[in-house]
Amino acid sequence: MSPLLDTALPDPAHSRHLLQQMLRVRRLEEKCVELYSAARIRGFLHVYIGEEAVAAGVIETLAAEDAVVATYREHGHALLRGVSAGAILAEMYGRAEGCCRGRGGSMHLFDATTRFYGGNAIVAGGLPLAVGLALADKMAGRRRVTACFFGEGAVAEGEFHESLNLAALWQLPVLFCCENNLYAMGTALARSESQTDMALKAAAYEIPAWSVDGMDVLAVEEASRRAVDGVRSGGGPHFLELRTYRFRAHSMFDPELYREKSEVAQWMERDPIRLLQAAMETAGQLPEEQWAALQADVDAEITDAVAFAEAGTLEPVEDLTRFVTSQPGSELTSRAASDHNRARSAEGRAG
Amino acid sequence: MKSTYREAVRAALRDAMRRDERVFLMGEDVGRYGGGFAVSLGLLEEFGPERVRDTPLSESGFVGAGIGAALGGMRPVVEIMTVNFSLLALDQIVNNAATLLHMSGGQFNVPLVIRMTTGAGRQLGAQHSHSLEGWYAHIPGLRILTPATLADARGMLWTALEDPDPVLIFEHGSLYNVAGELEDDAGPVELDKAAVLRPGTDVTLITYGGTLAAVLDAADQLAGEGIDAEVIDLRVLRPLDDGTILGSVGRTHRAVVVDEGWRSGSISAEIAARIGEHAFFDLDAPVERVCSEEVPVPYAKHMELAALPSAERVVAAARRAVGARG
Ligand SMILES: Cc1ncc(C[n+]2csc(CCOP(=O)(O)OP(=O)(O)O)c2C)c(N)n1
Repeated sequence: MSPLLDTALPDPAHSRHLLQQMLRVRRLEEKCVELYSAARIRGFLHVYIGEEAVAAGVIETLAAEDAVVATYREHGHALLRGVSAGAILAEMYGRAEGCCRGRGGSMHLFDATTRFYGGNAIVAGGLPLAVGLALADKMAGRRRVTACFFGEGAVAEGEFHESLNLAALWQLPVLFCCENNLYAMGTALARSESQTDMALKAAAYEIPAWSVDGMDVLAVEEASRRAVDGVRSGGGPHFLELRTYRFRAHSMFDPELYREKSEVAQWMERDPIRLLQAAMETAGQLPEEQWAALQADVDAEITDAVAFAEAGTLEPVEDLTRFVTSQPGSELTSRAASDHNRARSAEGRAG
Repeated sequence: MKSTYREAVRAALRDAMRRDERVFLMGEDVGRYGGGFAVSLGLLEEFGPERVRDTPLSESGFVGAGIGAALGGMRPVVEIMTVNFSLLALDQIVNNAATLLHMSGGQFNVPLVIRMTTGAGRQLGAQHSHSLEGWYAHIPGLRILTPATLADARGMLWTALEDPDPVLIFEHGSLYNVAGELEDDAGPVELDKAAVLRPGTDVTLITYGGTLAAVLDAADQLAGEGIDAEVIDLRVLRPLDDGTILGSVGRTHRAVVVDEGWRSGSISAEIAARIGEHAFFDLDAPVERVCSEEVPVPYAKHMELAALPSAERVVAAARRAVGARG
């Protein structure tokens, strides 16, 4: 494992942007761990520390109108998609100001305005949803992409195969992003799959697929751009296997009995943030004061977010049964109808 | 106009697809084959393969895709051949369709309709004969419909499609060939109320879906014995229309609940409990229940019949209720 990035650096502003995006995720989650230990937030907490290059590289290549579907390890995806750190933390605090009014928690972040569709705690549960979102786009004649993140553990579920098959059969605009961090809780990939090459599995469904170094944000971004272009230009689903590693335990309850500390340490040498930072420094792209300013920005964002969450209010218990079904007079039906018709006429195929 | 139940459901599908171009039908064999129960016969020719969409054998995959399409602004009607196979999609229905609105703090509606057949009576053996609609009625976030009449077979679909939340429609397999008169202008119906199909004063017979015919038959037999039975067709298992049930029991003071599901933990148990909770002092007799025997539905005709509610068992239960003078 080389400590250097293979990929050529882009212009300094863009490198800095990617570095900052990864750092935002890292600091947010380090704060989550701290808040969890202090019992300020509860429930299951799965952090993404070590995997930031995956979300940062892929989400960078999506457009505002695209959709994102993720798993229970989704704080970073939500943040980079545009959900504020405050709304994310407030959700974990169970506050009304959270992105789901405290009803979702860490594993169920959703946000309609950024088309962020979870936040799914059922392994592989998000894949069919992504297929359906893409089907809706295709049927309405919209050129949107749905990016679907899932772990390599999901590959063993039937829904993975059903979803890849449907997406390929119907040539739907889905980008499947398999975050292969080698472990499904404590189950090493080699102990759960007869075929451990994820791209080969996708190829069996006639889906163009690449395996990418998931610690190299530039490599992720480049591969993702290629795949997103393929999807958006009508090439049907594409598949990325992003080879990465989580530096922390599966969840806050995991004693991590299944892997050696030395293995973790070895992977930490390829920390995606440090790799990019070092490459930028070597190339003279990251003067000391810029790095300091960038960190200060991120720290301020997280400090503000914690304050926002701490100051949040509790949803009234009288509202417990709200949102089980829609309130009478919901605007949804008419709103969705006009969206649909607008999209179709924009494509010149109304009627 | 003469119609069968099957034709009424088909007319509802055709009508919905004509009214709203976001509506499409998706499921195993709905297109080229014409539907496992011939419900969608002819629709492929009329609407094309985009909107009458054959799927592979992937219940979880295509039900989940229906949920996603609903999130994406479409109005999918997903057909699952029978409720038995819906168990392969239980995760999607319970963990996604029913929960997304609440988990997202009210942001994401799932305006999806899932249709499936339910019930026994055709000697298909256990894995094609179960009545699990009561299970689904347990799930907050879902609306559960059980059309028992031609008018409801014709009318419930469009109203269901207008609901911003997921709706499951259970069509009893023995109903498809039932023929009768349907109003020429039959169309959408409301989905909030149970129907009093036959007024009466001595006992309330409460049922839904596939057992309605047996219950009406029982009411005729009881009338011959001088027992005037009121018959309620629940129509909607979730949310239950307590008002109609309790109002009727308040008048007749006796209730028999007829449910093709198994007795333990069934919708009939829920109804009996609600009557006990809210109409205890109106009752002149214990609430009677006629349910399926607690066995996987057997294949042999006589065994299958013995396992299912019948007019005779309903009559006997009603007699017991009326005989128990309070
Ligand atoms: C259907 C289902 N089965 C089991 C679980 C319990 N579980 C939660 S996370 C997990 C491991 C998933 O691993 P992977 O998909 O590789 O994702 P990662 O956690 O590595 O990001 C398991 C087994 C679950 N949530 N859902």
